[in-house]
Amino acid sequence: MNILWLQSGGCGGCTLSWLGGEHGPLFRVLIDEGIELLWHPSVSEAGVDEARELIEQCADGRIAVDILCIEGSLLRGPRGTGGFHRFGGGAEPMIEWVRRIASRAQHVVAVGSCSSWGGITAAGMNPTDACGLQYDGEAIGGLLGPDFRDRTGLPTINVAGCPPHPDWITETLAALAHGSLQAEHLDDFGRPRFFADQLVHHGCTRNEYYEFKASARKSSDQGCLMEHLGCGGTQAHADCNQRLWNGEGSCLRGGYACIRCTEPGFEEPGHPFETTPKVAGIPIGLPSDMPKAWFVALAALSKSATPARVRENATADHLLRAPSVKRGRK
Amino acid sequence: MSTRRIVGPFNRVEGDLEITLDIADGRIAAAYVNSPLYRGFEQILQGKLPADALVLVPRICGICSVAQSAASALALADAADIEPPHNGRLAANLTLAAENLADHLTHFYLFFMPDFARADYAGHAWHAATVDRFKATVGSAPNQVLPARARFMQMMGLLAGKWPHTLAVQPGGSTRPLASSEIFRLHRTLREFREFLETVTFGAKLEEVAAIDSRARLDAWRGRAGGGDLRAFLAIAADLDLWHLGRGTDRFMSYGCYQEEGRRLFPAGLWHGAAMPLDIAAIEEDITHAWYAAAGSPQHPATGSTLPVAEKDGAYSWCKAPRLAGQVVETGALARQVVAAHPLARDMIEGYGASVAARVVARLLELALVLPAMERWLAELVPGEPWCITAPVADETSGVGLIEAARGSLGHWITVRRGRIHNYQIIAPTTWNFSPRDSAGQPGALEQALAGLPASATDPLPPAIHHVVRSFDPCMVCTVH
Repeated sequence: MNILWLQSGGCGGCTLSWLGGEHGPLFRVLIDEGIELLWHPSVSEAGVDEARELIEQCADGRIAVDILCIEGSLLRGPRGTGGFHRFGGGAEPMIEWVRRIASRAQHVVAVGSCSSWGGITAAGMNPTDACGLQYDGEAIGGLLGPDFRDRTGLPTINVAGCPPHPDWITETLAALAHGSLQAEHLDDFGRPRFFADQLVHHGCTRNEYYEFKASARKSSDQGCLMEHLGCGGTQAHADCNQRLWNGEGSCLRGGYACIRCTEPGFEEPGHPFETTPKVAGIPIGLPSDMPKAWFVALAALSKSATPARVRENATADHLLRAPSVKRGRK
Repeated sequence: MSTRRIVGPFNRVEGDLEITLDIADGRIAAAYVNSPLYRGFEQILQGKLPADALVLVPRICGICSVAQSAASALALADAADIEPPHNGRLAANLTLAAENLADHLTHFYLFFMPDFARADYAGHAWHAATVDRFKATVGSAPNQVLPARARFMQMMGLLAGKWPHTLAVQPGGSTRPLASSEIFRLHRTLREFREFLETVTFGAKLEEVAAIDSRARLDAWRGRAGGGDLRAFLAIAADLDLWHLGRGTDRFMSYGCYQEEGRRLFPAGLWHGAAMPLDIAAIEEDITHAWYAAAGSPQHPATGSTLPVAEKDGAYSWCKAPRLAGQVVETGALARQVVAAHPLARDMIEGYGASVAARVVARLLELALVLPAMERWLAELVPGEPWCITAPVADETSGVGLIEAARGSLGHWITVRRGRIHNYQIIAPTTWNFSPRDSAGQPGALEQALAGLPASATDPLPPAIHHVVRSFDPCMVCTVH
């Protein structure tokens, strides 16, 4: 299968994340999985006229595009003209190129939260009227409309994340190339379920602190970041703490909150990113699938049962107390 | 009589770039550089809480993400009047250096060198070997470099959680305390990267490369056995005379970076034939030829505005035109090393001035200069001592964050009113290098570097134009933001 990759209202960070994949040289991985890179703005040789000619051919059907990957938000402004991004070398807005090629492509993949939902570019006053390919925040629609289906009947495939993990991108493309990605493999927001059926919370190294509601108070503290520092890991769909980043990293392991970057609308959480909103001292954003009354009761109970070791370490930036050593079999 | 030609999309430049060329008598009479993408970060930031800038600004750019974080953290630290503890400062240096070095590597191997594998150069003695080594996506180099780069970026997993787009870089230090075993793992990563550079890129010890102090010594060094990709580039540069291609303004600026005890590893300054003091107050952004409405132009970034307009006579880019005391300056690794008085950098601009070759060599020189500094900073970390302090940003305050990204000087100017961001202005390295003309009609640095090059209205674009454009390592997403 071939891929045409285009970028619009984003930062290029999805590509940079992708290039950091840790399963061997990406270009050889793609070939090995049966994927041919027709053109990618960051890595292909063809530039200017050659690139324009190739993309024209993709748009008018002379080249059949199997997978169209879009990175970055789609900019509809100003006033619906798309003029905030005209594709280099011509007067046509990028949104027109995307519409034309998407209507012909076998599959359309939104790489990252910008092309999935609008993302960071849609934050604040959304000055460019940015949206995703098939979503505008949580609302279905976006540039291509709610009824868009690719030539095989799939909606846009939303590899969300800001940025997405390199494996999420490669694995999605490989599944398409192998013909093994079907509608049932996408969740309610069109995200591949192989990463979106997990929560960031799963595998978090701060789990003991979470269990006892032993919470960090400030940046660099070791405790759980949910109660005070804005962490949305118990609600965010992604496998970040199981499939680690850049070797052994994740946001939580890096010492800062999960800002739910795989979720539509994450760019406007309605509260400071690194401060947990509360009502009567109870965080508003409860863990997914957790009844509120039970959460409150369990939190109160676990707080009262917190071992001194866990409580003291939670607000320190290094271990103050190691787990005690027991002798004998118990 | 000149003919107008619009060329784009330029690729391998990180973002969108289009250039309009006026061609007369087989040469570029005038070049107009257009950044065709506008996203509006400066508008998005207005009304936000100051701390939320740390989530938003790294997402200006996927390749200079940490540099954007660092500039923002410095601006907020300035506004809150705090300084990170020793460990926090070292962690900030290490994180920024990891990104800057990875960017230099990415530029050389993935963005810049593939142009010499183009069919345009068939027949040159070095072409066949260059195709094998550097051809885009299929050459041995890109496929060797990606895993080495990924291994090196494991620094980011430990220092910053992930890359790009971390929240670990805070005004008061780092959110990521490191224990001694983690520091050891970072140490091993640095040692592996040193070995990669010394065997693959340089064919020489980093210290040997860093000590080369003149063009003549560089030529002599190239002639010695050792192999490595820098020597391959130097052979191409000699054959194509890339030492006499792409001169800009020869006015070099650096904000300085990598804070150490009482000094910066690379100092701030200005060089124009001689070292001069850098007056930040003399920076202004001119929007005469950019699609913005003027609230008075030019403006200092501390009081600047960003009001996009769809149509404007004479405008041809979303990039503003920053000027230093009314002058066009060049920024980047070459400028940084010229200002820092590295003898090779100073010698490389003697005579002709800044060239494609000098810019590329300066980047690789920085790989050799900065990695040993990273080894030193890592050794200075003290587990158990503080990594981060916190302090509130006052409701009425302002701050400035000036830093060097891989591709040059990056500045953030923040004003806080009633506890919210009232104004946030950003001038990125490529905003300087790829600026449009100003009210005096002065072309930007790339516009000057392209003028006079051979070109035709109809033939394929000569590869020399690609070399000049990419020699600046442009980052177009930062340029306009």
